[in-house]
Amino acid sequence: MISTVGHLPPPFFKRGPAPLARLLFFISLSITLLVADLRFHTLEMARQGVAAVLWPIQRIAYVPVDAGMDLGEYFATLYSLKTENDQLRRRELATANQLLRQGHLEEENRRLRALLDMRERQPAEGRVAEILYAARDPFTRKVIVDKGSNAGVEPGQPVIDELGVLGQITRTYLFTSEVTLLTDKDQAIPVQVQRSGLRAVLAGAGIGTMELRFLAANADVQPGDVLVTSGLDGIYLPGLPVAKVVNIDRDNSFSFARIDCVPLAGVERHGQVLILGRRVTPPLPAEAAPTPIKPAKGARIKRKP
Amino acid sequence: MQPTQSSRRILLPVRPWFIFASLMAALFLNVVPLGRFAAMPDWVALVLIFWCIHQPQKVGMGAAFVLGLLMDVADASIMGQHSLAYVLLAFGASVLSRRILWFPLVQQALHVLPILVGAQVSMLLVRLAVGAESPELAWFLGGFIGAALWYPLTYLLLLPQYRPVERDENRPI
Repeated sequence: MISTVGHLPPPFFKRGPAPLARLLFFISLSITLLVADLRFHTLEMARQGVAAVLWPIQRIAYVPVDAGMDLGEYFATLYSLKTENDQLRRRELATANQLLRQGHLEEENRRLRALLDMRERQPAEGRVAEILYAARDPFTRKVIVDKGSNAGVEPGQPVIDELGVLGQITRTYLFTSEVTLLTDKDQAIPVQVQRSGLRAVLAGAGIGTMELRFLAANADVQPGDVLVTSGLDGIYLPGLPVAKVVNIDRDNSFSFARIDCVPLAGVERHGQVLILGRRVTPPLPAEAAPTPIKPAKGARIKRKP
Repeated sequence: MQPTQSSRRILLPVRPWFIFASLMAALFLNVVPLGRFAAMPDWVALVLIFWCIHQPQKVGMGAAFVLGLLMDVADASIMGQHSLAYVLLAFGASVLSRRILWFPLVQQALHVLPILVGAQVSMLLVRLAVGAESPELAWFLGGFIGAALWYPLTYLLLLPQYRPVERDENRPI
């Protein structure tokens, strides 16, 4: 007998608390996390910790795709490389005129601005990052890039690719950061119609589209118009291409026109992106602004003090 | 040879490191950049539901919660969104685990389907409650594809537990 030597027989089935009790415990824990994250934004530290654990997995997951691309490049035929080379040379020649005069024009612009006593535009500095993967969450539009706070990336920095504005850094981890794409429903960007100079706010509308909001039904916008950043928010540099108007629905029964746009940048593709440095906003004139203007998207960005 | 309770085949005991490795592999598959394909099945949910059904003593709601947290950070969603869905999924799977393994694989997949879609619906409810955009309908297709993958998944994950078939007249098992 086991009990005679001082030991109780072990229980037949050692299973801990009942499943329903465990379920309720974990559900309440999850809901606590949800509330803490959404209402109080207190879980950033925990997020940083989990992200550090995840980083090797994210990095390794990128390897096969990277290797696949390298392999594809290796097997690219001489002919396709040659055509691409030709194309690039032709394009370079086509833009050479502008490029060669860019330095001259910038210098001239600087002198004229100095003459007019206007503030100088900041030169844009950037940091190249690579898109690791698009977040699978179907409710938001985010991509993860491979530069984080250790590379000096901060929340709020604009992200562009070679065609236009991609989005904005909304959260940084140590080695990675999250970019909220312009097509995200919560993302807005102040823009200007390049043709007419009309200023408006462009907001994401979900699946690959954007919407120009709060423009009157008779506003001077045409399909095909290119929208560029207006730079009013102090985040994006002015003049970066953002989107193209594809469809306008001028229904007089509504006070605003419904204007659909598609992003110019390869928002849902992969590749390399450029994270632009933070703009130093010029101080506002005292009489014009009793309260500091918040950036259009400011509510979502948690600025570090 | 069906890997069900009603089959005659006896499986080797599962190795804990294999469970861990398969869950990590699923996590890995979830962050492989394959472009934005909405109907991609959630591999973590699928592997988790498999182990919750086959090994309810080893993998349960605790593991589901931790994996959910990892997915929350990897997916840049709200903390707790995936945890809640995975915990519900693990609960459903472990409640059904005694019953489900007596069915053939196709009917097992029919049991798995509502659990997977239910987890997606719970995520949808959480996100709609805090005002996110509603996802594309193709996202729900992910659950259906996941259920359709039940057959190959079962074969793959039970492979290390199969013992070689040796016919021995003296030892019938």
